[in-house]
Amino acid sequence: MPRVTSDGMPVIRAVSLVLAHVPSLVRLGSKPLRVLREVHDPIDFLRPHLRAWDVAQAYAPNQVFIGNMGVDELAARPTPWHRHPIERAARFGPDGEIMPEDEFFGLLAACDGFQLLGLDRELADRARSALDAHPVIGRAAGSPTVPPGVTAAVLEERVERHRALRIVGADGRLLGAMLPGHDEDDTLTGQVLLENLACKATAALALRHLLARPGAIASADVRYVINCGEEAVGDRYQRGGGNVAKAVAEWAGCGRATGSDVKAFCSGPMHALMLAGALVRSGLHDDVVVLAGGSLAKLGMKFQGHVKHAMPIVEDVLAGFAAHVSRDDGVSPTLRLDAIGRHEVASGSAPLAVMKALYSEPLGRVGLTLLDVDRFSLELHNPEATEPAGSGNVPLNNYRTLASLAVVEKLIARESIDDFVRARGMPGFSPTQGHIASAIPYLGHARRALTEGRLTRTMFAGKGSLFLGRMTQLPDGLSLVLERNAGST
Amino acid sequence: MGLEDQAAVKRVADEHGNGVVVLLGTPDAESTQTLAQTVVAGDPSYAGPLAGVPLGLPVFHVFEPEVRDQVPADVYEAQVALMEMSLDREAILAGLREARRAGATA
Repeated sequence: MPRVTSDGMPVIRAVSLVLAHVPSLVRLGSKPLRVLREVHDPIDFLRPHLRAWDVAQAYAPNQVFIGNMGVDELAARPTPWHRHPIERAARFGPDGEIMPEDEFFGLLAACDGFQLLGLDRELADRARSALDAHPVIGRAAGSPTVPPGVTAAVLEERVERHRALRIVGADGRLLGAMLPGHDEDDTLTGQVLLENLACKATAALALRHLLARPGAIASADVRYVINCGEEAVGDRYQRGGGNVAKAVAEWAGCGRATGSDVKAFCSGPMHALMLAGALVRSGLHDDVVVLAGGSLAKLGMKFQGHVKHAMPIVEDVLAGFAAHVSRDDGVSPTLRLDAIGRHEVASGSAPLAVMKALYSEPLGRVGLTLLDVDRFSLELHNPEATEPAGSGNVPLNNYRTLASLAVVEKLIARESIDDFVRARGMPGFSPTQGHIASAIPYLGHARRALTEGRLTRTMFAGKGSLFLGRMTQLPDGLSLVLERNAGST
Repeated sequence: MGLEDQAAVKRVADEHGNGVVVLLGTPDAESTQTLAQTVVAGDPSYAGPLAGVPLGLPVFHVFEPEVRDQVPADVYEAQVALMEMSLDREAILAGLREARRAGATA
């Protein structure tokens, strides 16, 4: 690999992370849809496990996600987290917000340029009033407003006669209906389009938060947007044609931007950040935004485990993020393009080879070891989502594997594995939203700590299960080093 | 074990009969016990194709010495050693012993 010199490295100037609480859409997640097909009233079945917005807001992992609580504070809190709500939880945090469902339905409708999503009239009116006053996507920000809703009779007619997807609220009422985009196209059904629209809307919300930061880049100065979400936007002739990046840029008012989608399953965000850094360092663009919206299909993915354990379905939020990659401002954390960890084709899938390729090899290239990294951000799935379903504590297992690599490399003793995990890892706090759970949720915390001087160096690694698409047996992975700007030390 | 995986195990066992061995790579005691039980005595949740189907297949975990001894050392080092170090090997093997015991008395 050609050597990359260390001068002129790009920086991560701003980060936003948002959640949209959507209990009514849990039933439209892929797993609930399949499992509850034979159930007479799926919403009725799910209702005892669906959370109200204030409960989801007071859920500690969600507060960490938007930056109101640190990862060490979460690690010190009593578990299970769903039984120990935060007393003074807030909707907004330094990184973003947790949007209530009514408003999010309004945002979906406002993002729908083809008027395929019809909302109940009262819901649309409520959402419009709330969103017009929203600090980030309100009328003052120039965002499109929520279109008028329709009567219940019209919604019913769209469902019965035009094959629209029925959207039922957690209270059993009809909230809306999503029309298909074409009569004979399986890639433009109401379900598929709602998934794509949810992805666009959460990404758009994240981008507006990014642009509303004090000292943020002006929307007109954003020149390139890279979307790394996993939704395939297209039609029957090109199922994953794209381009969500441009759709989001348009909605957020980035009139001079263009963009494209980068896909690599859950390692997509790492590839996108690397490419954004390379575009900046090459001089082609001074400012690039990387973003992704959430996955509706993954809502309630492990709901059977939650039902079995009589706990709330914690996979009731969609996630989104945006990051501004720019030229060195002398303050913001540096993205080290000379220390990119790559899972190459010939790396294979043996754990030791994968771990070396992602961690020790790139660090060694710039004269560092695993012990020079203050914090590692890996897959950050919330264990309360996965453990009840028998999928284990994913972050803990991955941190222990990383610590074992440190043992193999004779950096720590075997007895120190737990200490390594405690000091350089963190508890999982992300909803199981695929590409976003993959290292990204710590990005806001890392940017702050590296800027303020509490941390010197962090490493982010994303791994992608390419084999799920049946085109290769290979996994994928890419890692990035983010460190304190030399100009601020 | 997922329904598709149960169907796949049943198909392989039906096609090949005797001589099929199940090798687990499960990461904790609970999943080890559940999966072992499924291929020995049948699906404990009675939800999948192996519900009430006691295949009685011999089942091993990749961390067991009998398995390790049959794998070249460098291959074991590259493929398994890191996971063996990071996971609770003793608990996993205890889970397997428990499933075997339950299978033998079923």
